[in-house]
Amino acid sequence: MRISKHRGVLAGLAAVSLLVAACGSDDAEPAAEPAAEPAAEPAAEPAAEPAAEETCTTPDEVSLQLQWFAQAQFAGYYAAVDQGYYADHCLDVTIVEGGLDIVPQTQLANGDVDFALAWVPKALASREAGADIVNIAQIFQRSGTLQVSFKDKGITSPADFAGKKIGNWGFGNEYEIFAALGAEGLDPAADVELVGQNFDMAALLEGEIDAAEAMTYNEYAMVLEAVNPDTGELYTPDDFNVVNYEDYGVGMLQDAIWADGARLASDAAYKDIAVRFVAASMLGWAHCRDDVQGCADIVLGVGPTLGASHQLWQMNEVNKLIWPSTNGVGYTDEAAWNQTVEISQQTPNLEGTTVLTAAPDADAYTNEIVEAAWALAGAGGVDLFGEGYSPMSVTLNEGGN
Amino acid sequence: MLRRAARKTILFVVAVFAVGCVWELYKVIGPVDGGSVFGWKIIPKASDRAMPHTWDMIARLLEPENRSGGSPIAVTVAGYSWYTLRLAAVGLLVGGIVGIGLAVLMARWRIASRAILPWVIMSQTVPLIALAPQVVSWSGKIELFGWEWPRWASVCALAAFLSFFPVAVGTLKGLTSVPAASLELMETYAVPWRVTLMKLRFPAAVPFIIPSLKLAATLSVVGVIVAEISTGIRGGIGRAVLSYQQASTGDAEKIYSAVFGAAALGLALFGSVVLLEVIVNRNRPREAT
Repeated sequence: MRISKHRGVLAGLAAVSLLVAACGSDDAEPAAEPAAEPAAEPAAEPAAEPAAEETCTTPDEVSLQLQWFAQAQFAGYYAAVDQGYYADHCLDVTIVEGGLDIVPQTQLANGDVDFALAWVPKALASREAGADIVNIAQIFQRSGTLQVSFKDKGITSPADFAGKKIGNWGFGNEYEIFAALGAEGLDPAADVELVGQNFDMAALLEGEIDAAEAMTYNEYAMVLEAVNPDTGELYTPDDFNVVNYEDYGVGMLQDAIWADGARLASDAAYKDIAVRFVAASMLGWAHCRDDVQGCADIVLGVGPTLGASHQLWQMNEVNKLIWPSTNGVGYTDEAAWNQTVEISQQTPNLEGTTVLTAAPDADAYTNEIVEAAWALAGAGGVDLFGEGYSPMSVTLNEGGN
Repeated sequence: MLRRAARKTILFVVAVFAVGCVWELYKVIGPVDGGSVFGWKIIPKASDRAMPHTWDMIARLLEPENRSGGSPIAVTVAGYSWYTLRLAAVGLLVGGIVGIGLAVLMARWRIASRAILPWVIMSQTVPLIALAPQVVSWSGKIELFGWEWPRWASVCALAAFLSFFPVAVGTLKGLTSVPAASLELMETYAVPWRVTLMKLRFPAAVPFIIPSLKLAATLSVVGVIVAEISTGIRGGIGRAVLSYQQASTGDAEKIYSAVFGAAALGLALFGSVVLLEVIVNRNRPREAT
């Protein structure tokens, strides 16, 4: 969720200076090694790994990079570990938490992890910059971005943003706001005041901004966990107006599983692992749909930042973003994909830049893995569509505890 | 000696209390919604969310991390601080050894000094947050004699990267500050450079090394915390700062528990260098005047 705009430049600078340092000190190095003999064709690869149903002797080690710390946003993966779905598919999965400067798709492109979670626009921007990564499962089918404001500001639709102070996170999380403004014919530079916002909701509660960007499953819950100083009680949804970007046709695709494109194309074993990984992850998410409290508890067991009621709220809201999956869980819907790509290409931010300069090629996403995974995951009769899904209602406690 | 220690302790407590008083005083007289000077928003807000009461912060220390239950947050934070302290200590040790080693090299050969010093200085212009993700990804890739590089070692490496600098510069200054007369005396004895180093240069450098180590100690703590925040490594105070900050919307005092923890561990590492100073100075011959 947090990506520094300048990180690439800084990393480049660091790399160059390290390189220079290395060159400066290698006077004593022996002469360059003789060039390696022209690589003979690699030995014939062993036949593609057998599918999961065969007995598992040594599980394949797999790592998954999250965008942030453990929280219910990633419950499906923790549940798949906890419930043994990965083990059932002969996988030994390590879940790697994110950090302030960890960019999941960069970790993936660098080969530090086998799979990574990332929002589609940001990952596509990395892909355009040369990262060979492929979306293999679009887990979140809907966008969870909101613009939250106090009732008395009267902001009930993007048209009401005019003349207001609109908080936004930047770092590529702000494009839905710009798209909504554009759709209403508002000029982001002149008609609204855009204000940088931290990843907490203090600015909204302190009245520094009129409307704050918030995820349904995280920041929106934070304001409902805070005490209203006027009443001494927690704020309630009645105190706020909420603009859901999904309702205005400017939602962009968010959490998806990304894989290494080169390995996917050349390494049959990796592709097989990807299918099994996605299948077991689907089972994890289906489990979390059917046992919301149980999954919130699994996440609590991993040690998240915020407490029990916050995780239960988050689990419930994340389920709403996934279920029902009309095409089947993990499927990338072409229309939604195109909408995301279109907004990424056509919505300039304040600096006049867009997320993407050109449409990504057709290889940027594939439904091949998901379709193969359905066959594996659906074998046990698990519902992969969730058509009858109905959310529960969660009561938040102070501070999310 | 004992009376001096007692006086220092009392002064410290008084100083902390005074800071608390200034904080509370500002809360009384400061504007609740902050203010601007010439359009710059620089006057801090005195609201309870921006500046919680000192007694609320202290009371928060006794409540559990997630208010639903468990041990007081002070205990949890002490655990985080202990973890970070160990990483910072390793970072300081490595940084100190590398720093002194480089300084000896540079003091021995002028050409080494000319070659290395610019790189030493340039190294400090590389932002830590740019390096952190690269260095952390060493884990799982590097294996030294069957010892697989763990993630925490990357954090130590980043701390050492910050802390070697003052040690290298300070030690170099110390090693080269020996009076020419003393050096000439050693030359008349025709002792090897190694002996001059051990018997003359190092003892003369101690007053330079100790302050540089004090600087290095604080830098090492900063390095570990920044690396923890930047890469999200679990178990230390940096991660606590980040996650408590996220919780600040509904629990403004929580972050200060982590701030106190960070301050305590900074003092602890600094104190260990002071202890080293006392030990070294005990065996130091007084100047004959």
